[in-house]
Amino acid sequence: MRIWINEEPQEVKEGVTLQSLLNELGFDAATVVVEMDGAIVARDAFATTTLSEGNRLELVRFVGGG
Amino acid sequence: MDKSPELVIAGRHFRSRLLVGTGKFSSNEVMRDAIEASGSEIVTIALRRVDINNPQDNMLRYIDRQKYLLLPNTSGARDAEEAVRLARLARAAGCEPWIKLEVTPDPYYLLPDPIETWKAAQILVKDGFTVLPYINADPVLAKHLQEVGCATVMPLGAPIGTNKGIKTRDNIAIIIEQAQVPVVVDAGLGAPSHAAEAMEMGADAVLVNTALAVAQSPVNMAIAFKKGVEAGREAFVAGLGKQRVRAEASSPLTGFLGGMKK
Repeated sequence: MRIWINEEPQEVKEGVTLQSLLNELGFDAATVVVEMDGAIVARDAFATTTLSEGNRLELVRFVGGG
Repeated sequence: MDKSPELVIAGRHFRSRLLVGTGKFSSNEVMRDAIEASGSEIVTIALRRVDINNPQDNMLRYIDRQKYLLLPNTSGARDAEEAVRLARLARAAGCEPWIKLEVTPDPYYLLPDPIETWKAAQILVKDGFTVLPYINADPVLAKHLQEVGCATVMPLGAPIGTNKGIKTRDNIAIIIEQAQVPVVVDAGLGAPSHAAEAMEMGADAVLVNTALAVAQSPVNMAIAFKKGVEAGREAFVAGLGKQRVRAEASSPLTGFLGGMKK
């Protein structure tokens, strides 16, 4: 199925959880903040959040800034 | 104007009056060493989209969170709504709910939008954030932000990254005179003398990023800024002499040798 990550399309397996998606992409989930369809997903809910077709994810993290 | 030895923001005590940013350093290692050398206890960070092709990239590994308070900013926000969204994302990332609120719709001068900043400040204070707003050096706005519960005000010396020094001196002096919360002079400070000037005026702290990051040696520049901040603070606490128009001799004007012209 197709979801959107930071406005780019991404093919993922049906029923994948947020946690396993982040793992597959190579991210340490503890360093990433996720918005799904405009709502923040708490980090302790990553493992129980199942993605579905058309979900729009924003994945952000800290960078240097003033 | 508080002459106590420690900087106190929202009930939290800091020995250092120098806040540092983490942007634009040539490497994470250089950033880490410059922060260490600065003696700072508060470091700012920003939130951006991940690079999906570089998942291991994580600058936070280089910042000891036992030692430094992370102060996320809302840079990139063009209005109150975006700033609130970024603040909430930062909190969800596990940061303490402290936020450097910046709303800069104008990409050329990055000047802060006073109306949107004030709107966002109201929402964020109600939401439990400790809010440190970046503002133009406007004493009336500073009062309004204080009234809605901001923990500091952070007036700019000059636009972000310009290294021009304190171009807003008279207004910053009024803000310092009237503020009931700490005044942190932020943006535009390009040299340790600029930081010292802010501190001599009675600012409670300064925030510096570009001047350190773009120096040939960020570590040495961090040391120089640390000294500038400390010198300026010492001078403020000691009490500077008044400026006057006419000379006033430092040496006695009596007891001249015989035959010297008067």
